[in-house]
Amino acid sequence: MITRTIFAGFGGQGVLLMGYVLSHGAMHKGLDVTYFPSYGAEMRGGTANCTVTLSDKKIASPVASNPDILVAMNFPSLEKFESTVVEGGTVFLNSSLFEERPSRDDIDVVPVPIMDLAREAGSARGENMVMIGTVCAKAGLLSLEETIKGMQAALKGKDKFFSLNQKAIERGFAFAADGK
Amino acid sequence: MPSEKMLMNGSQTVGEAAVRAGCRYYFGYPITPQNELPEYLSARMPEVGGTFIQGESEIASINMVLGASVSGARTMTSSSSPGVSLKQEGISYMAGMELPAVIINMMRGGPGLGNIAPSAADYFQATRGGGHGDYRTPVLAPGGGQELVDLTFEAFDLADKYRNPVLILGDGLMGQIMEPVVFPDFIDLKDLPEKDWALRGCKGREARAVFSMILGQKGELYRHNLDLQKKYDRITAEEQRWETKCPENTELIVVAYGSAARIAESAIEELKTEGINAGLFRPISLWPFPLPALRELSKQIPKVAVFELCLGQMVEDVILSVGERSEIYFHGLPGGIIPTPAQVAEFLRSIVKGDGKVGRRIEV
Amino acid sequence: MSTDIEYKKIFGWPESLKHNPTHYCPGCGHSIAHRLVAECLDEMGLREKTIGVPPVGCSVLAYNYFNFDMVEAPHGRALAVATGVKRVHPDKFVLTYQGDGDLAAIGTAETIHAANRGERISTIFINNAIYGMTGGQMAPTTLLGQNATTAPGGRDSRLHGQPIDISSMLAVCGGVVFVERCALTSVKQIRKAKKAIKKSFQCQLDDLGFSLVELLSPCPTNWKVSPKDSWDWVNEEMVKTYPLGVIKDTTGYEDKK
Ligand SMILES: Cc1ncc(C[n+]2csc(CCOP(=O)(O)OP(=O)(O)O)c2C)c(N)n1
Ligand code: SF4
Ligand SMILES: [Mg+2]
Repeated sequence: MITRTIFAGFGGQGVLLMGYVLSHGAMHKGLDVTYFPSYGAEMRGGTANCTVTLSDKKIASPVASNPDILVAMNFPSLEKFESTVVEGGTVFLNSSLFEERPSRDDIDVVPVPIMDLAREAGSARGENMVMIGTVCAKAGLLSLEETIKGMQAALKGKDKFFSLNQKAIERGFAFAADGK
Repeated sequence: MPSEKMLMNGSQTVGEAAVRAGCRYYFGYPITPQNELPEYLSARMPEVGGTFIQGESEIASINMVLGASVSGARTMTSSSSPGVSLKQEGISYMAGMELPAVIINMMRGGPGLGNIAPSAADYFQATRGGGHGDYRTPVLAPGGGQELVDLTFEAFDLADKYRNPVLILGDGLMGQIMEPVVFPDFIDLKDLPEKDWALRGCKGREARAVFSMILGQKGELYRHNLDLQKKYDRITAEEQRWETKCPENTELIVVAYGSAARIAESAIEELKTEGINAGLFRPISLWPFPLPALRELSKQIPKVAVFELCLGQMVEDVILSVGERSEIYFHGLPGGIIPTPAQVAEFLRSIVKGDGKVGRRIEV
Repeated sequence: MSTDIEYKKIFGWPESLKHNPTHYCPGCGHSIAHRLVAECLDEMGLREKTIGVPPVGCSVLAYNYFNFDMVEAPHGRALAVATGVKRVHPDKFVLTYQGDGDLAAIGTAETIHAANRGERISTIFINNAIYGMTGGQMAPTTLLGQNATTAPGGRDSRLHGQPIDISSMLAVCGGVVFVERCALTSVKQIRKAKKAIKKSFQCQLDDLGFSLVELLSPCPTNWKVSPKDSWDWVNEEMVKTYPLGVIKDTTGYEDKK
């Protein structure tokens, strides 16, 4: 089993943090993991992305030719990475922000209204946590407990954010289960 | 006690490993993509009673390392390509004075300022001494993650064992990537062999000087260089490190190190499904280059594919190793672009098909 | 018949100097500076805990003359090397001994920053207004009009800039507690220099900060004058550009008369 995920969006959307939560959760689960943030010159224009690879075996390349999962938090990210996703892969979209959809029909598309869901969870700023919850649940990457553990490890020392973030993650899991 | 499993990027990993390997003196000057290392140590050194100084330049930093080393301490500096060029002066002096130290190069694209994307274009500089004079420094090329921990420990041991600077050659990719790592327990500095050459003041003994200028008219420098060479010969004989992953039916050896090797390994994995059986030969010590091991392997598998994150430097050592007996192919990517396994797979496919579309055949 | 004459040693070979003849030219200031440093270390009981850093310059072989631990530094880097040494051995006495090319040209950055960090190091700065070792090229300290092999016809401010007063530049650095300029070209000045060196050493022992003693030093060979004329030139010409005296003193020490 090997899963490669690219998280992409504007700086400030918590893109790197999503990857970080997934990485910590996966490590907690006992998987091998590599987390590769874009940096420096690539971050120009306020966009950010990171690649997280999970595997039950030792991971060779931390760089993915083609991701199995794309998490696009804005439209430019969808445009940039859509064509790289493997056949049969999944694209998670921030449907609160843009209406465009992938032109390919050989991939699964999961629009997630993260703004509304985050508000419902009582945490307007927890959009990225809703998204990571949805991704982990829908793609079967991590259990709810593992995702929460991942969040707590990723935000070590910032305990005051734990409970709101947990609610947002739970909201994401619920959305993945019943599509609302 | 060993640490629990931690998720850390490559630069931080080297920092923590260095501290646990007994390094208490770090001197460096900021440069991307390795700033996480000095940043990490600026907080970590005070916790362990160590010293962190941000020098005014790489030149100053490496000379602070020289001073700490001659005083008997385990000491380290780190930088990326342009900064490592500036450090060459100090490295040459330390080689001449036979002073141990660990120098990290998280390589970026060059020449000149280049860019901050990963690259492996400092292979010549690292493996051929780098500065002026007839000297060599052991060069270790980790694949990232846990190996960064292990080789940082080894680098300090090698440096002390041979009283010589040791380089760790990583790249910007490795510095940035986070992976789970486990750190061994802190070594006890008291367990290390006494450095009876270090300067601590001449109380109770003759005054002592450590220097690299040897002006004598009776062949003193000549003999000093021959002695150094004997040391390098010993290192060459005893300190070669490599990893081979060549199953029974391997038809093609891929030679790559560091991040390039990891990317190549995934490409090899991909090709298995197409019935192409490639194996990996990964030099871990770049100097001394594991020449005999590669030579032996190439006797059984004469097709050799070299993949580098530069336009051809290690390939020269591969040519020296396998000679004209083998078919050597080369594919290199200049700095600035992060290669994917798919690109390497294309190269290997093209060798098997013999269409010459990616990479080139090296005529020896 | 017995005599009761008591012998008292009033002059001798400092323990901090080895019994080796130096390679310095007749009239050169380096020999005098060496002797002063050695006497001060002896008198303050510092020899056995001293680690010295000689420069690259005419005094690169100082470790053949000084009888304490020494480590050679690359040209200009003495204060960076000394920083490394002092940080490992805060309880040891660390001094650098540097020429003007070493300290004020190639090593300017290392000098200013070590001083500004307030490294507990004492620096002996030999200003002979010339590159001695390499054969008389212009130094950053070369006087206007002074001949040098790379300033034929004399230093010209439009071409070469003004002579640099690095000691005054260092004095503005926060980490610096004591800077004094002396000359090695009269008995009176040599005595003053010795006092200044001792004071600088004391600054380090008292953990006050960085200190430096600049010594105007004759180089008859590269100035192409006789030893006597070289001494006169220091006393009459060089002091005009580099006035003698204390440049900075925040030690709070009361000078004993
Ligand atoms: C990197 C480097 N550049 C140049 C030299 C050559 N060099 C040796 S000593 C010296 C100048 C020494 O002048 P100064 O520091 O004034 O000392 P002096 O000989 O006058 O006492 C130079 C340029 C060197 N050794 N290293
Ligand atoms: S060249 Fe000048 S500085 Fe050098 S030893 Fe001779 S007199 Fe002294
Ligand atoms: Mg001079």
